[in-house]
Amino acid sequence: MILRTLSLVRKEFLHIVRDPRTLFVMFMMPIIQLVLLGYAATTDIEHLRTAVADSDRSSASRELIDAYRASNYFDIAQYVESERQLEYLVDSGQVKAGLIIPAGYGETVATGEQAQIAFVIDGSDPSVANTVFAASQSVGQAQSMRIMERTTGIDPDDLPGVQVRPRVWYNPEMKSANFMIPGLMGMVLYFLTALFTSMSIVREREQGTIEQLIVTPIKPMELIIGKIVPYVFIAFISVLEVLAIGVFWFGVPIKGSLGLLLGLSALFLLTSLGIGIFISSIANTQQEAMLLTFLTMFPSIFLAGFFFPIEAMPEWLQVITYIVPLRYMLVVIRGIIVKGVGLEILRQQVLALTIFGVAIMLLAASRFRKKLE
Amino acid sequence: MNDNQPVIQTENLTRKFGNLVAVDCLNLEIKRGEIFGLVGPDGAGKTTTIRMLAAIMDPTAGSASVAGFDTVKQAEDIKHRIGYMAQQFNLYGDLSVQENLDFFADIFSVRGRERKERIAQLLQFARLTEFTSRRAGHLSGGMKKKLALACSLIHRPEILYLDEPTTGVDPVSRREFWDILSDLHIEGVTILVSTPYMDEAERCSRVGLMYQGQLIVCDSPKQVKGLIEGDLIELRPVAKDRGVGLMRRAEASVTSLSGVLEVQTYGDLLHIFVDDAAQRTPQVRAALATQSIHATDLRQTHARMEEAFISLIRRHQERQVGEDKR
Repeated sequence: MILRTLSLVRKEFLHIVRDPRTLFVMFMMPIIQLVLLGYAATTDIEHLRTAVADSDRSSASRELIDAYRASNYFDIAQYVESERQLEYLVDSGQVKAGLIIPAGYGETVATGEQAQIAFVIDGSDPSVANTVFAASQSVGQAQSMRIMERTTGIDPDDLPGVQVRPRVWYNPEMKSANFMIPGLMGMVLYFLTALFTSMSIVREREQGTIEQLIVTPIKPMELIIGKIVPYVFIAFISVLEVLAIGVFWFGVPIKGSLGLLLGLSALFLLTSLGIGIFISSIANTQQEAMLLTFLTMFPSIFLAGFFFPIEAMPEWLQVITYIVPLRYMLVVIRGIIVKGVGLEILRQQVLALTIFGVAIMLLAASRFRKKLE
Repeated sequence: MNDNQPVIQTENLTRKFGNLVAVDCLNLEIKRGEIFGLVGPDGAGKTTTIRMLAAIMDPTAGSASVAGFDTVKQAEDIKHRIGYMAQQFNLYGDLSVQENLDFFADIFSVRGRERKERIAQLLQFARLTEFTSRRAGHLSGGMKKKLALACSLIHRPEILYLDEPTTGVDPVSRREFWDILSDLHIEGVTILVSTPYMDEAERCSRVGLMYQGQLIVCDSPKQVKGLIEGDLIELRPVAKDRGVGLMRRAEASVTSLSGVLEVQTYGDLLHIFVDDAAQRTPQVRAALATQSIHATDLRQTHARMEEAFISLIRRHQERQVGEDKR
């Protein structure tokens, strides 16, 4: 029994090793995804190209511009003569924001009155616009504090009122890599295993080798375990690959227990492997298997809160997210890596993943027949 | 088990695929030690029959038992008693000859010294000893078939199913393959082999002719040939007569003659079945002469399996047409 399973595992490894192209995809896919997500899919706004229409040209206006530049959010890419010119630059996408300082700004500030400036933001990407909106205000506010301190001589800290001192926990620099890379780990766990398991089983059917297997006294469980073990192994290598690049290249710290993370990853594999086996029981060709896996992947990514927060979704959609296993895994991974939480906080997620894993695995295994249709 | 007890037995075995009836109420008995040939044109239901008997496909009606076990309810009891070689190459092309043999030895729990000896014996038997490290996918057609046979024999099955084992194999390999089967037959293995080749059917102890899912005839090759009535006259047209439509004209000119039972074309030969060769030969010659066909090479010959089967299928079709009319 065990020897038979081991023999199946060995055979599966031979298939993998002798198919260099698939092997390459297996190990390169996480890296490519990491680079894409770590760099391209970042929502961190820095050095936004900004145009300035300074009609005042005073030392006060230059100070204001410097304050914006110093904030790191904005790069002053161009000085223009008129608002119309600035409009053209925003329209054509050459700049994403524009600072308009009207003539007389310096004088107004000097007399101790409130001066008005305009800040134009390209709102076509709302997530960019949100950040820029807040940044443009906070830079302006800081500047007015400075002006107030200078003109009245009062330390703003001595003034009455409310002062908010926000503290960002877990990810104080608010780096999106710290959010994306743990998410990617979940995606790799899900996608790679479901894809390769389903394809390797369907390949046996496509090439007819399944016929030669089911005509032997092999047990369905042996066959399933023989198919699963190599891909569990590969999934873990991929996860370690993602973690290593995340930690050493993108500087994502793992705050919680690595052992717990890997243990719960194994639990999650029950679900993704089950889905892979289930897909293989429906698909007739490897292409079909691939398509079906993709079909489950996209809703999973969006509904699991991989890119967009579940809390922002309409309520009916939020309800649907509860049937997406990846949703729970992302909470687990982000919880352990970013927040450093332990099992006691993740109890609900672990329960959900156990239920999903066992149910999907049983369903998939029960569909596995040693018969031809 | 008693030697006279059938080792394979089917009862109204039927398999439908949607509306298509692939195997239609098949009743078959194969005795221990037989080498049974299943013949018939493509799509006759041979592969489906073998798959059902190998317990890897369930019938939609009827039942079958193999070595005393039901193919549906006791499928797993059958599996270590049978060897199965599918029509298409079903081994792992990316594994070597040795790895394929080792894999199936593991699956059938053939271990230790027995395994070593068995694999060496099979490699020699299949003449693959020099190719153990070659990838199975890189073997020639005949070698692939022999490797598949070797893999299906690793656990010394008492019953061997071979689905068109020699299709697409060169004549020399075909001969070798049948020599191996003869050895197995002598060892006492019951063999069920399907084949489209009639010369192979002649080497079986009994043959079953399948046509449109039905077993039309099931008997020894000698008996099957004996089912053909009358004598066979063979016409080989002389070279100068050969041309478009010649065979058709020749066939038309003799078909309606009295005493002519059946006419078959066989390549550039015409086979004419008559009630009495001595009496009818001159008449046939005369009829051909009216079409200015030189019947110099007209001789009486023995019917082979080929002619027997074509004749039997034709009679079966005529019977069906007759039934449909009624």
